Amino acid sequence: MHTTVMMAALTKALKPILGRHLGNTAKGQIIPPPAKYGGRHTVALIPGDGIGPELLNHVRELFRFSCVPVDFEVVHVNSSSTSEDDINNAIMAIRRNGVALKGNIETNHTMPPNHKSRNNLLRTSLDLFANMMHCQSLPGVQTRHKNIDIIIIRENTEGEYSSLEHESVPGVVESLKIITRNNSLRIADYAFKLAREKGRRRVTAVHKANIMKLADGLFLQCCKEVASGYPDIEFDSMIVDNTTMQLVSKPQQFDVMLMPNLYGNVVSNVCAGLVGGPGLVPGANYGRDYAVFETATRNTGKSIANRNIANPTAMLLASCLMLDHLKLHDYANMIRGAILTTMNETRLHTADIGGQGTTSEVVQSIMRIIQSGGPLTTEI
Amino acid sequence: YTILFWGNKVVHKDQFYLSERQVFGRIQTVTLIPGDGIGPEISTAVMKIFEAAKAPIQWEERNVTAIKGPGGRWMIPPEAKESMNKNKIGLKGPLKTPIAAGHPSMNLLLRKTFDLYANVRPCVSIEGYKTPYTDVDLVTIRENTEGEYSGIEHLIVDGVVQSIKLITEDASRRIAEYAFEYARNNQRTSVTAVHKANIMRMSDGLFLRKCREVAENFKDVKFTEMYLDTVCLNMVQDPSHFDVLVMPNLYGDILSDLCAGLIGGLGVTPSGNIGANGVAIFESVHGTAPDIAGKDLANPTALLLSAVMMLRHMGLHGHAKKIETACFDTIRDEKVLTKDLGGNAKCSEFTADICRRVQDMD
Repeated sequence: MHTTVMMAALTKALKPILGRHLGNTAKGQIIPPPAKYGGRHTVALIPGDGIGPELLNHVRELFRFSCVPVDFEVVHVNSSSTSEDDINNAIMAIRRNGVALKGNIETNHTMPPNHKSRNNLLRTSLDLFANMMHCQSLPGVQTRHKNIDIIIIRENTEGEYSSLEHESVPGVVESLKIITRNNSLRIADYAFKLAREKGRRRVTAVHKANIMKLADGLFLQCCKEVASGYPDIEFDSMIVDNTTMQLVSKPQQFDVMLMPNLYGNVVSNVCAGLVGGPGLVPGANYGRDYAVFETATRNTGKSIANRNIANPTAMLLASCLMLDHLKLHDYANMIRGAILTTMNETRLHTADIGGQGTTSEVVQSIMRIIQSGGPLTTEI
Repeated sequence: YTILFWGNKVVHKDQFYLSERQVFGRIQTVTLIPGDGIGPEISTAVMKIFEAAKAPIQWEERNVTAIKGPGGRWMIPPEAKESMNKNKIGLKGPLKTPIAAGHPSMNLLLRKTFDLYANVRPCVSIEGYKTPYTDVDLVTIRENTEGEYSGIEHLIVDGVVQSIKLITEDASRRIAEYAFEYARNNQRTSVTAVHKANIMRMSDGLFLRKCREVAENFKDVKFTEMYLDTVCLNMVQDPSHFDVLVMPNLYGDILSDLCAGLIGGLGVTPSGNIGANGVAIFESVHGTAPDIAGKDLANPTALLLSAVMMLRHMGLHGHAKKIETACFDTIRDEKVLTKDLGGNAKCSEFTADICRRVQDMD
């Protein structure tokens, strides 16, 4: 009974070791060159569902207005279709361009188990192993806690999200959580490198190794191994339930947090809530060869779609992260500065953070600030 | 006048309480497990307060340190087991898990012995103990036997570990039924199932299906489903939206501690474990605090509120309300508070203040 399960887990585990090239040529695919022609970058754009399309339209509008040298290749993914062609097209587009900006693709959880989550499929096929989210308290936003500045690094491909489930006996379902040494070392390495790059003091690993002794125990052990190679950065660990309790009472104690997939989901949502909500925090998914940018909490926002009330901040800040990745730092800083000025000085807020502005008003305000401060732009 | 016997005391007829449904002479025996560290002192505090409130409870103290039974398996002492099975209701203080003792966690042992399938934690904001969240009033009901904590792990190949999350129909149905019954018995308006079925389609899907089926039989209670991440996001922004939450083991562990953090931590959070065959053990979930043990500095609030939960479970709502109000009044007054609540009173002083208020209420 366990052989098929073992084989599935084995293949999954060996994929990153075999490497992208070997895996691809085995399937007979050619690796396309990265797309940068005439000084302009091409980026894949996946609108997704809910508020995704309207927010990404605003991003395009803003980029056009600010003359950012980025072109978008739009790939639509129909979340209700059962075939995987759409998502495979999207993955191919991202492979071609190397970088993508995406909205969340809705997963209908009443569909049968062979219909996998499209977002998850994208992350695992492209091996986007690190999800990075930077939560910072913004002075213009009213929250219960102040002075939060936490970087959350979450393992993005394995753990509880392995989608390996089976019903061995009717009425009894087993779901597998896979933790591998390679992926754990990889994410820990990423976390410590990032911490050093950004001048951070401490990395905290979040786990539940007192209960899941082998799985989280392995993760923790890998983190400790990597930590020994970075003596300038302090390393400690905390159990996930204690972590959530500390986050709602004293979030200022955390610096960089590192964790497996599911705990990452919980902790990143708690932190996003602490700094003001899902509309404010951008997220980035990095792999060895690709990078995909989106909002940190990955909400579809069906109930607020197409009503011009969604908060564009998260998506716009994600596009700035993308510009940084493409090394277009000047444009990134210009747009980011305008967004933060609107948020903190002009105080034009959308409904989710207690204001009355509409999405388009916020975007207009950002464009006005860019025009007043900067180089030639197109007409508003 | 008539002289009546109340337990083994002689009381005047006019002093006799007829406010409870209980027929006179019916005192219930409850197994008390003081625990380690600060356990004994907070248990004594609770017993004193109950005496002051004249609650019809008789305590039977037992020790649950694991012993090796025949066949080499660790088990709880037979006297403790017998007492629990007879009394059905228990109150437990914090237990320490010694690292090198060789036996598994005591809490795990108790859970397995009495099949404690539901962990209930009502989280209500305490006026007088300031936290950034002031309007919390929710209950987390967590499946306590299976899920991610089944403990089944394998090393598949060197460097690859798999941990199995087990979800069964029976356990899911049982916890859903308990959640809806709890909602009905405690006048709660809605039950929310927390899940991650978009990723764990089969396992959380099964859990959700069972919850939906049970919801059909409880039309008076509103049923909603929400993703775990959405719950976390909304909980830290506006906890007043939530009422009763029911979920599998891991999510329950994280969310119940999150909610405890919202109201002020484990030192003020009550908790109850419901088992099969009518067994229920109420406990304080904080640690044994060995550094302050025996110094009369401990805060008995968590154990006291768990004991109040126990009284409600037993149907003694009048006494429960009295003791709870006295406790909250003492904390709201902020004159006699233990160190962790921000004051510098001793445990005995705090207890005495609550006892005085309880007696004044009569």
